[in-house]
Amino acid sequence: MARTGVWKKKSGSSVFEKVLHAEKKATGKSPRFYAPEDVKAPLAKKATNKPTKLRSSLTPGTVLILLAGHFKGKRVIFLKQLPSGLLLVTGPYGVNGVPMRRVNQVYVIATETKIDISSVDVSKYDDSYFKGAKKEKKSGSDSVFKEEAGKKELSADYLKNQKAMDSALTPIIAKTKDLEIYLKAHFSLKDGDRPHLMKF
Amino acid sequence: MAGEKIRLYVKGKIVNYKRSKCNTHHKTSLLEIEGVESKEETPFYLGKKVAYVYKAHTKKAGPNGPTKFRCVWGKITRAHGSGGTVRATFRKSLPAKALGAKCRVMLYPSNI
Repeated sequence: MARTGVWKKKSGSSVFEKVLHAEKKATGKSPRFYAPEDVKAPLAKKATNKPTKLRSSLTPGTVLILLAGHFKGKRVIFLKQLPSGLLLVTGPYGVNGVPMRRVNQVYVIATETKIDISSVDVSKYDDSYFKGAKKEKKSGSDSVFKEEAGKKELSADYLKNQKAMDSALTPIIAKTKDLEIYLKAHFSLKDGDRPHLMKF
Repeated sequence: MAGEKIRLYVKGKIVNYKRSKCNTHHKTSLLEIEGVESKEETPFYLGKKVAYVYKAHTKKAGPNGPTKFRCVWGKITRAHGSGGTVRATFRKSLPAKALGAKCRVMLYPSNI
């Protein structure tokens, strides 16, 4: 007895009905069972994860001032933005002791000093390069754990990459007058400084 | 004091709680930032983190070992009036002994 008019359901409206339909097509038999209620089709997930929007003042090769962390006050060179949104910076290490490091753009002041680093290859660095080795979960006694906690040694790879980055950047820095001295110097607020009036 | 080698914060003074004539609202404190004298100069500082640093008698765990220094973090929420004073909320409301004390207005989260 067919339902007519307003009560007639549109066929193939729900996911389940589509599945049943597909099944019927495939096997040629009527499906095994019908859901008592209409199964709602899940909404399509269209969210894409994009890296944080970069401030317009942040372009690769900009000299940045680090505001927090172990290297606060140091002036570093911005290399590129990583897929996670964090910024990849380096001192360079030979100049002011800042290795290649990730930094959030919110903890950084971009100065107007920029250098051209288009000749430097940064494509191989991404977030997984900076993630530490996964700590093995030990369900043993405490003493076993303490033995493991020795000094973290940097892999030869890290040191080699840092040296390569340094040697790529040094000639570019040497082109700009006083830039090396500038990168060596700390930034600090002094008496009478008004950051809201300062031009960086 | 010999002075800090690197100061990456602006000095501020915790002036008061947000209040009316007879009622004080402790959740919000009023800060005077050094060098900020008008409302037009405050937009730079909105959203910046503030730290009220103080010393206590007993040592407590710190990032570099036990220390007598303690800190309450907060952030600047909006300007207060037209004279450069600024409102800030802290994670825990500031104790009354903080009134008149110094606080550190950090330069982060930065927008430059």
